[in-house]
Amino acid sequence: MPPDSTPAALAAPEFSTASPPGLIALFVAFAKMSLAGFGGVLVWARRGIVEQHHWMTPEEFNETFALCHFLPGPNVVNLSVVFGSRFRGVAGGIAAFAGLLGPPVVIVTILAALYARFGEIEVLRHILAGVSCAAVGLLMSVVFRMMMPLLRKREPVSLVALSAVFIAVGLLRLPLPAVLGVAMPLSIAITFVLRRKVHA
Amino acid sequence: MNAENPVWSLLWTFGLISLFAVGGGNSAIPEMHRVAVDVRHWLTDQQFADVFAISQLSPGPNVLIVTLIGYSVAGVVGAVVATLAMCVPTAVLAYGVSQLMARSSHASWPGLIRTALVPLSIGLMGASGLILALTADRTWAAALVTAIAALLAVATRLNPLWILLAGGCLGFAGFI
Repeated sequence: MPPDSTPAALAAPEFSTASPPGLIALFVAFAKMSLAGFGGVLVWARRGIVEQHHWMTPEEFNETFALCHFLPGPNVVNLSVVFGSRFRGVAGGIAAFAGLLGPPVVIVTILAALYARFGEIEVLRHILAGVSCAAVGLLMSVVFRMMMPLLRKREPVSLVALSAVFIAVGLLRLPLPAVLGVAMPLSIAITFVLRRKVHA
Repeated sequence: MNAENPVWSLLWTFGLISLFAVGGGNSAIPEMHRVAVDVRHWLTDQQFADVFAISQLSPGPNVLIVTLIGYSVAGVVGAVVATLAMCVPTAVLAYGVSQLMARSSHASWPGLIRTALVPLSIGLMGASGLILALTADRTWAAALVTAIAALLAVATRLNPLWILLAGGCLGFAGFI
Protein backbone atom coordinates (compact mmCIF):
# COMPACT_ATOMS: atom_id res chain seq x y z
CA MET A 1 0.00 0.00 0.00
CA PRO A 2 1.33 3.46 -0.78
CA PRO A 3 2.14 5.41 2.39
CA ASP A 4 -0.08 8.32 1.44
CA SER A 5 -3.24 6.24 1.26
CA THR A 6 -6.39 7.47 2.98
CA PRO A 7 -8.57 5.46 5.39
CA ALA A 8 -8.29 1.72 4.95
CA ALA A 9 -11.86 1.17 3.81
CA LEU A 10 -11.42 3.63 0.96
CA ALA A 11 -7.84 3.05 -0.01
CA ALA A 12 -7.75 -0.71 -0.17
CA PRO A 13 -10.94 -2.29 -1.46
CA GLU A 14 -8.93 -5.40 -2.30
CA PHE A 15 -8.04 -5.95 1.34
CA SER A 16 -10.45 -7.48 3.79
CA THR A 17 -12.53 -5.56 6.26
CA ALA A 18 -10.27 -5.27 9.30
CA SER A 19 -7.96 -2.30 9.78
CA PRO A 20 -4.29 -2.96 8.96
CA PRO A 21 -2.35 -4.39 11.90
CA GLY A 22 0.33 -2.40 13.74
CA LEU A 23 3.88 -3.61 14.36
CA ILE A 24 3.18 -5.08 17.79
CA ALA A 25 0.00 -6.75 16.51
CA LEU A 26 2.04 -8.31 13.67
CA PHE A 27 4.70 -9.59 16.05
CA VAL A 28 2.16 -11.04 18.49
CA ALA A 29 -0.01 -12.60 15.77
CA PHE A 30 2.92 -14.37 14.13
CA ALA A 31 4.36 -15.46 17.47
CA LYS A 32 1.00 -17.05 18.33
CA MET A 33 0.67 -18.82 14.98
CA SER A 34 4.22 -20.05 15.25
CA LEU A 35 3.86 -21.41 18.77
CA ALA A 36 0.60 -23.14 17.84
CA GLY A 37 2.22 -24.71 14.80
CA PHE A 38 3.40 -28.17 15.66
CA GLY A 39 4.45 -29.95 12.48
CA GLY A 40 3.95 -26.91 10.26
CA VAL A 41 2.80 -23.35 10.76
CA LEU A 42 0.99 -22.83 7.48
CA VAL A 43 -2.40 -24.08 8.65
CA TRP A 44 -2.25 -21.77 11.64
CA ALA A 45 -1.07 -18.87 9.54
CA ARG A 46 -4.11 -19.26 7.30
CA ARG A 47 -6.40 -19.56 10.30
CA GLY A 48 -4.93 -16.51 12.03
CA ILE A 49 -4.63 -14.20 9.03
CA VAL A 50 -7.83 -15.10 7.18
CA GLU A 51 -10.32 -16.44 9.71
CA GLN A 52 -9.37 -14.84 13.00
CA HIS A 53 -8.05 -11.37 12.10
CA HIS A 54 -9.61 -10.96 8.62
CA TRP A 55 -6.42 -9.31 7.43
CA MET A 56 -6.70 -11.05 4.05
CA THR A 57 -9.38 -12.81 2.04
CA PRO A 58 -8.72 -16.50 1.27
CA GLU A 59 -7.86 -15.53 -2.33
CA GLU A 60 -5.31 -12.95 -1.22
CA PHE A 61 -3.80 -15.47 1.15
CA ASN A 62 -3.51 -18.13 -1.56
CA GLU A 63 -1.93 -15.65 -3.94
CA THR A 64 0.60 -14.52 -1.35
CA PHE A 65 1.39 -18.08 -0.40
CA ALA A 66 1.83 -19.10 -4.04
CA LEU A 67 4.46 -16.39 -4.38
CA CYS A 68 6.26 -17.62 -1.27
CA HIS A 69 6.08 -21.20 -2.41
CA PHE A 70 7.92 -20.74 -5.67
CA LEU A 71 10.64 -18.67 -4.04
CA PRO A 72 13.44 -20.58 -2.33
CA GLY A 73 13.65 -20.85 1.43
CA PRO A 74 11.24 -21.67 4.22
CA ASN A 75 7.74 -20.81 2.91
CA VAL A 76 6.21 -19.57 6.11
CA VAL A 77 9.19 -17.34 6.85
CA ASN A 78 8.88 -15.79 3.40
CA LEU A 79 5.16 -15.42 3.95
CA SER A 80 5.68 -13.54 7.22
CA VAL A 81 7.98 -11.01 5.56
CA VAL A 82 5.79 -10.50 2.50
CA PHE A 83 2.68 -10.22 4.65
CA GLY A 84 4.17 -7.85 7.24
CA SER A 85 5.72 -5.57 4.65
CA ARG A 86 2.44 -5.34 2.76
CA PHE A 87 0.88 -3.56 5.71
CA ARG A 88 3.76 -1.76 7.40
CA GLY A 89 6.67 -1.69 4.97
CA VAL A 90 10.10 -3.02 5.94
CA ALA A 91 9.44 -2.57 9.67
CA GLY A 92 6.27 -4.66 9.35
CA GLY A 93 8.18 -7.40 7.56
CA ILE A 94 10.79 -7.46 10.31
CA ALA A 95 8.13 -7.49 13.05
CA ALA A 96 6.34 -10.49 11.51
CA PHE A 97 9.67 -12.27 10.87
CA ALA A 98 10.78 -11.71 14.47
CA GLY A 99 7.43 -12.87 15.83
CA LEU A 100 7.48 -16.02 13.72
CA LEU A 101 11.06 -17.02 14.53
CA GLY A 102 11.97 -15.41 17.88
CA PRO A 103 9.90 -17.41 20.38
CA PRO A 104 10.28 -20.85 18.75
CA VAL A 105 14.04 -20.31 18.31
CA VAL A 106 14.31 -19.75 22.07
CA ILE A 107 12.37 -22.97 22.72
CA VAL A 108 14.32 -24.99 20.18
CA THR A 109 17.63 -23.69 21.53
CA ILE A 110 16.63 -24.85 25.02
CA LEU A 111 15.68 -28.25 23.56
CA ALA A 112 19.05 -28.35 21.76
CA ALA A 113 20.85 -27.70 25.05
CA LEU A 114 18.84 -30.43 26.77
CA TYR A 115 19.59 -32.81 23.92
CA ALA A 116 23.32 -32.03 24.09
CA ARG A 117 23.22 -32.78 27.83
CA PHE A 118 20.88 -35.77 27.99
CA GLY A 119 20.78 -37.06 24.41
CA GLU A 120 22.68 -40.23 25.25
CA ILE A 121 20.32 -41.40 27.99
CA GLU A 122 18.84 -44.75 27.01
CA VAL A 123 15.15 -43.90 27.54
CA LEU A 124 15.42 -40.67 25.59
CA ARG A 125 17.22 -42.49 22.78
CA HIS A 126 14.28 -44.87 22.45
CA ILE A 127 11.68 -42.10 22.54
CA LEU A 128 13.50 -40.01 19.95
CA ALA A 129 13.95 -43.05 17.72
CA GLY A 130 10.18 -43.59 17.83
CA VAL A 131 9.43 -39.95 17.13
CA SER A 132 11.79 -39.81 14.16
CA CYS A 133 10.20 -42.90 12.59
CA ALA A 134 6.79 -41.25 12.85
CA ALA A 135 8.15 -37.90 11.62
CA VAL A 136 9.58 -39.54 8.52
CA GLY A 137 6.18 -41.09 7.88
CA LEU A 138 4.55 -37.67 8.13
CA LEU A 139 7.02 -36.23 5.65
CA MET A 140 6.29 -39.06 3.23
CA SER A 141 2.56 -38.38 3.51
CA VAL A 142 3.18 -34.74 2.54
CA VAL A 143 5.18 -35.85 -0.50
CA PHE A 144 2.41 -38.27 -1.46
CA ARG A 145 -0.27 -35.59 -1.17
CA MET A 146 1.73 -33.16 -3.29
CA MET A 147 2.38 -35.82 -5.91
CA MET A 148 -1.24 -36.82 -6.44
CA PRO A 149 -2.24 -33.87 -8.68
CA LEU A 150 0.81 -34.47 -10.87
CA LEU A 151 0.07 -38.18 -11.15
CA ARG A 152 -3.52 -37.43 -12.09
CA LYS A 153 -2.51 -35.01 -14.82
CA ARG A 154 0.01 -37.54 -16.20
CA GLU A 155 2.30 -34.84 -17.51
CA PRO A 156 5.40 -36.70 -18.64
CA VAL A 157 7.68 -33.66 -18.33
CA SER A 158 6.92 -32.99 -14.68
CA LEU A 159 7.12 -36.67 -13.76
CA VAL A 160 10.51 -36.99 -15.46
CA ALA A 161 11.76 -33.83 -13.72
CA LEU A 162 10.50 -35.11 -10.37
CA SER A 163 12.16 -38.51 -10.77
CA ALA A 164 15.41 -37.05 -12.09
CA VAL A 165 15.78 -34.77 -9.07
CA PHE A 166 14.83 -37.58 -6.71
CA ILE A 167 17.47 -39.89 -8.20
CA ALA A 168 20.19 -37.23 -8.37
CA VAL A 169 19.73 -35.98 -4.82
CA GLY A 170 18.24 -38.96 -2.99
CA LEU A 171 20.10 -41.90 -4.56
CA LEU A 172 23.27 -40.44 -6.08
CA ARG A 173 23.61 -37.85 -3.29
CA LEU A 174 24.83 -35.16 -5.66
CA PRO A 175 25.24 -31.62 -4.25
CA LEU A 176 22.00 -29.65 -4.40
CA PRO A 177 23.38 -26.47 -6.04
CA ALA A 178 24.79 -28.52 -8.93
CA VAL A 179 21.56 -30.49 -9.42
CA LEU A 180 19.33 -27.43 -9.33
CA GLY A 181 21.79 -25.44 -11.44
CA VAL A 182 20.96 -27.88 -14.23
CA ALA A 183 17.38 -28.82 -13.39
CA MET A 184 15.90 -25.37 -12.80
CA PRO A 185 16.81 -23.69 -16.10
CA LEU A 186 15.99 -26.88 -17.98
CA SER A 187 12.57 -27.27 -16.38
CA ILE A 188 11.72 -23.59 -16.83
CA ALA A 189 12.79 -23.67 -20.49
CA ILE A 190 10.80 -26.81 -21.27
CA THR A 191 7.70 -25.48 -19.50
CA PHE A 192 8.06 -22.22 -21.45
CA VAL A 193 8.37 -23.96 -24.81
CA LEU A 194 5.43 -26.28 -24.10
CA ARG A 195 3.22 -23.34 -23.12
CA ARG A 196 4.07 -21.49 -26.30
CA LYS A 197 3.11 -24.57 -28.31
CA VAL A 198 -0.24 -24.77 -26.53
CA HIS A 199 -0.98 -21.14 -27.20
CA ALA A 200 0.21 -21.21 -30.84
CA MET B 1 36.93 -15.12 5.90
CA ASN B 2 38.32 -17.52 8.46
CA ALA B 3 37.59 -21.02 7.21
CA GLU B 4 38.50 -22.55 10.57
CA ASN B 5 35.82 -20.73 12.50
CA PRO B 6 32.73 -22.98 12.70
CA VAL B 7 30.39 -19.98 12.96
CA TRP B 8 31.55 -18.78 9.53
CA SER B 9 31.04 -22.28 8.16
CA LEU B 10 27.48 -22.28 9.51
CA LEU B 11 26.76 -18.87 8.04
CA TRP B 12 28.15 -19.79 4.67
CA THR B 13 26.66 -23.29 4.56
CA PHE B 14 23.09 -22.39 5.48
CA GLY B 15 23.10 -19.09 3.61
CA LEU B 16 23.89 -21.04 0.46
CA ILE B 17 21.50 -23.89 1.19
CA SER B 18 18.59 -21.50 1.80
CA LEU B 19 18.86 -20.17 -1.74
CA PHE B 20 18.47 -23.70 -3.10
CA ALA B 21 15.61 -24.74 -0.82
CA VAL B 22 13.11 -24.84 -3.66
CA GLY B 23 9.60 -25.33 -2.28
CA GLY B 24 10.49 -24.92 1.37
CA GLY B 25 12.74 -25.99 4.22
CA ASN B 26 12.11 -29.71 3.87
CA SER B 27 13.47 -29.67 0.31
CA ALA B 28 16.88 -28.77 1.71
CA ILE B 29 17.15 -31.72 4.09
CA PRO B 30 19.20 -33.90 1.70
CA GLU B 31 21.73 -31.10 1.28
CA MET B 32 21.81 -30.42 5.03
CA HIS B 33 22.43 -34.10 5.62
CA ARG B 34 25.14 -34.23 2.96
CA VAL B 35 26.99 -31.21 4.34
CA ALA B 36 26.43 -31.71 8.08
CA VAL B 37 26.99 -35.48 8.21
CA ASP B 38 29.05 -36.51 5.18
CA VAL B 39 31.21 -33.46 4.41
CA ARG B 40 31.77 -31.59 7.67
CA HIS B 41 31.02 -34.35 10.22
CA TRP B 42 29.15 -31.97 12.47
CA LEU B 43 26.65 -34.70 13.37
CA THR B 44 26.41 -38.47 13.13
CA ASP B 45 23.70 -40.07 11.09
CA GLN B 46 21.77 -40.86 14.23
CA GLN B 47 22.10 -37.37 15.65
CA PHE B 48 20.73 -36.04 12.38
CA ALA B 49 17.65 -38.25 12.72
CA ASP B 50 17.33 -37.04 16.32
CA VAL B 51 17.45 -33.33 15.49
CA PHE B 52 14.92 -33.90 12.71
CA ALA B 53 12.62 -35.54 15.26
CA ILE B 54 13.10 -32.71 17.76
CA SER B 55 12.45 -30.06 15.10
CA GLN B 56 9.18 -31.79 14.18
CA LEU B 57 8.16 -32.09 17.81
CA SER B 58 8.76 -28.46 18.69
CA PRO B 59 6.51 -25.55 17.76
CA GLY B 60 7.45 -23.15 14.98
CA PRO B 61 8.46 -23.60 11.35
CA ASN B 62 10.05 -26.97 10.49
CA VAL B 63 13.11 -25.14 9.22
CA LEU B 64 14.27 -24.84 12.83
CA ILE B 65 16.19 -28.07 12.33
CA VAL B 66 19.00 -25.66 11.36
CA THR B 67 18.81 -24.11 14.85
CA LEU B 68 19.52 -27.53 16.33
CA ILE B 69 22.36 -28.23 13.92
CA GLY B 70 23.80 -24.78 14.65
CA TYR B 71 23.64 -25.38 18.39
CA SER B 72 25.47 -28.66 18.15
CA VAL B 73 28.26 -26.96 16.16
CA ALA B 74 28.73 -23.70 18.08
CA GLY B 75 26.29 -23.41 20.99
CA VAL B 76 23.79 -20.58 21.28
CA VAL B 77 25.71 -18.38 18.83
CA GLY B 78 25.69 -21.22 16.32
CA ALA B 79 21.96 -21.72 16.79
CA VAL B 80 21.19 -18.06 16.12
CA VAL B 81 23.64 -17.72 13.22
CA ALA B 82 22.40 -20.88 11.48
CA THR B 83 18.77 -19.76 11.83
CA LEU B 84 19.41 -16.28 10.47
CA ALA B 85 21.62 -17.60 7.66
CA MET B 86 18.84 -19.96 6.60
CA CYS B 87 16.02 -17.41 6.84
CA VAL B 88 17.29 -13.90 6.10
CA PRO B 89 18.61 -14.20 2.51
CA THR B 90 15.42 -15.71 1.13
CA ALA B 91 13.25 -13.37 3.23
CA VAL B 92 15.00 -10.41 1.60
CA LEU B 93 14.54 -12.04 -1.80
CA ALA B 94 10.85 -12.65 -1.08
CA TYR B 95 10.43 -9.02 -0.05
CA GLY B 96 12.09 -7.83 -3.25
CA VAL B 97 10.04 -10.07 -5.51
CA SER B 98 6.79 -9.17 -3.76
CA GLN B 99 7.52 -5.47 -4.34
CA LEU B 100 8.25 -6.23 -7.98
CA MET B 101 5.07 -8.27 -8.39
CA ALA B 102 2.96 -5.55 -6.80
CA ARG B 103 3.80 -3.47 -9.85
CA SER B 104 3.09 -6.13 -12.46
CA SER B 105 0.51 -8.32 -10.79
CA HIS B 106 -0.84 -9.86 -13.97
CA ALA B 107 2.45 -11.11 -15.39
CA SER B 108 2.40 -14.75 -16.49
CA TRP B 109 5.97 -15.64 -15.49
CA PRO B 110 5.24 -16.37 -11.81
CA GLY B 111 2.78 -19.06 -12.83
CA LEU B 112 5.23 -20.45 -15.35
CA ILE B 113 8.08 -20.62 -12.85
CA ARG B 114 5.82 -22.24 -10.30
CA THR B 115 4.70 -24.93 -12.75
CA ALA B 116 8.33 -25.60 -13.60
CA LEU B 117 9.55 -25.75 -9.99
CA VAL B 118 6.78 -27.72 -8.28
CA PRO B 119 7.94 -31.12 -9.62
CA LEU B 120 11.53 -30.33 -8.61
CA SER B 121 10.46 -29.49 -5.09
CA ILE B 122 8.44 -32.69 -4.79
CA GLY B 123 11.43 -34.69 -6.03
CA LEU B 124 13.59 -33.02 -3.37
CA MET B 125 11.09 -33.72 -0.62
CA GLY B 126 10.92 -37.33 -1.76
CA ALA B 127 14.71 -37.47 -1.48
CA SER B 128 14.40 -36.00 2.03
CA GLY B 129 11.98 -38.77 2.94
CA LEU B 130 14.33 -41.43 1.58
CA ILE B 131 17.45 -40.10 3.30
CA LEU B 132 15.68 -39.70 6.63
CA ALA B 133 14.10 -43.14 6.33
CA LEU B 134 17.55 -44.65 5.79
CA THR B 135 18.84 -42.95 8.94
CA ALA B 136 15.79 -43.50 11.14
CA ASP B 137 14.41 -46.88 10.05
CA ARG B 138 17.17 -49.28 10.99
CA THR B 139 14.85 -52.14 11.95
CA TRP B 140 11.74 -53.67 10.42
CA ALA B 141 9.70 -52.47 13.39
CA ALA B 142 10.91 -48.91 12.80
CA ALA B 143 10.05 -49.09 9.11
CA LEU B 144 6.62 -50.39 10.03
CA VAL B 145 6.03 -47.41 12.34
CA THR B 146 7.03 -45.04 9.52
CA ALA B 147 4.68 -46.78 7.08
CA ILE B 148 1.76 -46.69 9.52
CA ALA B 149 2.41 -43.03 10.35
CA ALA B 150 2.41 -42.19 6.63
CA LEU B 151 -0.83 -44.10 6.06
CA LEU B 152 -2.54 -42.46 9.04
CA ALA B 153 -1.47 -39.01 7.89
CA VAL B 154 -2.73 -39.61 4.35
CA ALA B 155 -5.99 -41.33 5.24
CA THR B 156 -7.12 -39.41 8.35
CA ARG B 157 -7.24 -35.80 9.50
CA LEU B 158 -5.50 -36.68 12.73
CA ASN B 159 -3.34 -33.90 14.20
CA PRO B 160 0.28 -34.78 13.27
CA LEU B 161 1.35 -34.14 16.85
CA TRP B 162 -0.59 -37.23 18.00
CA ILE B 163 1.17 -39.36 15.42
CA LEU B 164 4.55 -38.09 16.62
CA LEU B 165 3.64 -38.71 20.25
CA ALA B 166 2.40 -42.21 19.41
CA GLY B 167 5.78 -42.86 17.77
CA GLY B 168 7.50 -41.62 20.93
CA CYS B 169 5.38 -43.92 23.09
CA LEU B 170 6.21 -46.93 20.91
CA GLY B 171 9.89 -46.01 21.23
CA PHE B 172 9.55 -45.66 24.99
CA ALA B 173 7.89 -49.07 25.17
CA GLY B 174 10.92 -50.52 23.43
CA PHE B 175 9.08 -51.50 20.25
CA ILE B 176 11.67 -49.87 17.97
